[in-house]
Amino acid sequence: MSPLLEVSGLAKHYPVKKGVVIQKQVGTVRAVDGVSFHVDRGETLALVGESGCGKSTTARLVLRLIEPSAGTIRFEGKDVTKVEGGAMRLLRRRMQIVFQDPYASLNPRLTVGDAIAEPMVVHGIGNAESRRAKVHELLRLVGLAPFHAERYPHEFSGGQRQRIGIARALSVEPDLVVCDEPVSALDVSIQAQVVNLMKDLQARLGLSYLFIAHDLAVVKHMADRIAVMYLGAVMEIGGKNELFANPRHPYTRALLAAIPHPDPARRGRVTPLGGDVPSPMAVPPGCRFHTRCPFAQARCKQEVPALREIAPGQKVACHFAETLPDPGLDYSGGLTEAAAKRLALYDAARRKAAA
Amino acid sequence: MGVMQPDLLRIEGLRTVFKTSSGLVRAVDGIDLSVPRGRTLGIVGESGCGKSMLSLSIMRLVPPPGRTVEGRVLLEGRNLLELSTAEMRQVRGGQIAMIFQEPMTSLNPVHSVGRQLIEAMQVHSPGLGASALKDKAIAALKRVRIPSPERRFEEYPHQLSGGMRQRVMIAMALACEPRLLIADEPTTALDVTVQAQILDLLRELQSETGMSIILITHDLGVVAEMADEVAVMYAGKVAERASARALFEDPQHPYTLGLLGSVPRLDEERERLLAIDGAVPPPFAFPEGCRFNPRCPFAIAPCRAELPPLREITPGHQAACIRAPVENALSLESAA
Repeated sequence: MSPLLEVSGLAKHYPVKKGVVIQKQVGTVRAVDGVSFHVDRGETLALVGESGCGKSTTARLVLRLIEPSAGTIRFEGKDVTKVEGGAMRLLRRRMQIVFQDPYASLNPRLTVGDAIAEPMVVHGIGNAESRRAKVHELLRLVGLAPFHAERYPHEFSGGQRQRIGIARALSVEPDLVVCDEPVSALDVSIQAQVVNLMKDLQARLGLSYLFIAHDLAVVKHMADRIAVMYLGAVMEIGGKNELFANPRHPYTRALLAAIPHPDPARRGRVTPLGGDVPSPMAVPPGCRFHTRCPFAQARCKQEVPALREIAPGQKVACHFAETLPDPGLDYSGGLTEAAAKRLALYDAARRKAAA
Repeated sequence: MGVMQPDLLRIEGLRTVFKTSSGLVRAVDGIDLSVPRGRTLGIVGESGCGKSMLSLSIMRLVPPPGRTVEGRVLLEGRNLLELSTAEMRQVRGGQIAMIFQEPMTSLNPVHSVGRQLIEAMQVHSPGLGASALKDKAIAALKRVRIPSPERRFEEYPHQLSGGMRQRVMIAMALACEPRLLIADEPTTALDVTVQAQILDLLRELQSETGMSIILITHDLGVVAEMADEVAVMYAGKVAERASARALFEDPQHPYTLGLLGSVPRLDEERERLLAIDGAVPPPFAFPEGCRFNPRCPFAIAPCRAELPPLREITPGHQAACIRAPVENALSLESAA
């Protein structure tokens, strides 16, 4: 069976123009530069990377909120890159998006009930009566109450607004939900609530997620597979356990090493990656990471490394992936016994209170 | 100079309130803290816990209608709250400097980096000539490891990356050799690899200059990387105070436990995160009793009646919770 979503060679190049009357193209921003991946039914693929790596642009391309410059997007094996009009609308019903900023993504003048029902109206699903019933069901599903439908977005906290955003995305019963940094703007305790909710909903409804994030700890918790992006291209893709245990790309290693650990005993053990991400207008030749790579050699400056399979299900775009030294990553030694015991008591007390 | 005190800064009973139409907002509600010399105090909490208002209260920059109504802020024994406006201006940027989350909004977009650096330096060292100031500014950029500082001196903020801008802010903050740097979420807007660079830089600069740092953050990982002492804040009050080691090895307050449980860990696989139920209450409607009680799974009747004071659990480790340590409280209950 073909995967739910399959993207190959996807690119988005923006021309940079100069001049007011007579415009001349002076450069190209290569926001997304030949990206390939697939998402299976019921799984979560996370796209991670730092700002400017093209992960959000990729998300918008997949939904065709912007048009790609090159490449194909297949949904259930069917090329959707050229689909237009009514057929596209039908397709959109099956792919929804949850945005990062729950403050900006809800219309302040619509009640929550109207906001959640809006996609159903657009797609002509049901009548007013059935839509109202569906809104109530969705509100309960995301941990809110039916009476919240009459209220306006400003009456809700950030976490509640994100729940509303999720309910709206689910209103048309999509197969694929693109989540663009859905918890980045939330406080940690609220972040955990929303992450739990998203995992519950996935298990219940069999959803597939394309999960865009920069927080690797959250990604490790949410994802089945992870694609690491840098300057518009995928550097490494693989199952999350393999990727965390044995990262093969120097950039993946640098990202993993840079995560601050909640353990003061291991402070300052890593040497941070030097430099900044280059501009997407001037992508370095050869391997695009070579300007910051501690292992770069002459070949890396000339030859673009292909994304190649290095282990079953794990692909890496690095000439020297086989010969890199041991990454020396160590996630162990986290919680002490006392802390773990109290966390277990906390969890038990929470469950008891909820029951 | 008198006897050398171990603490550079002591905060005693600090209280900052806002009179609003929805009621009295107790943003900072009776806080006691101290910052040892040459060390870092981490202040952790979620939005609305009062951590930023605490730092503005120290600097006497609380925006109206907010007012600091009680307490003392002692910098090397001198109460900042009693200084004249002119004296306080000498303290700000002189003895205490501050950096913020978003360096772009703290820098003026229409002036070059160099001009802004010189402006900050002029205030505290008048009488220095133009070329001496320029040399000093370039040295300041070099000190925060900015490559080709002579070129950066001429550039404008929009030409710099987020990490470079934060370096410029740090250079500016350190220009007058402050004794205390208040860093309010200094790496929150930065990417993780750049965050690691900036934290590294702050640690190096601290060991070079011996300054103290108050690091305000929501990220327990950043606290573990940087802090010697930690205060966990919730709803305007300190919930727990300990050395960083003790806080992570022996967390006491249920709120601290909830925060630790909310962060996915890299060393373990769990289906669900612990999370904390509910949300931070709005500051004009704090609950009766312990402010955390509506969200606390261990809360009992007395928690709803009375505000728990900070009490010592082990030497140097305090928690504002009558249930801590929770295993003792629970085993007493099951025995009864």
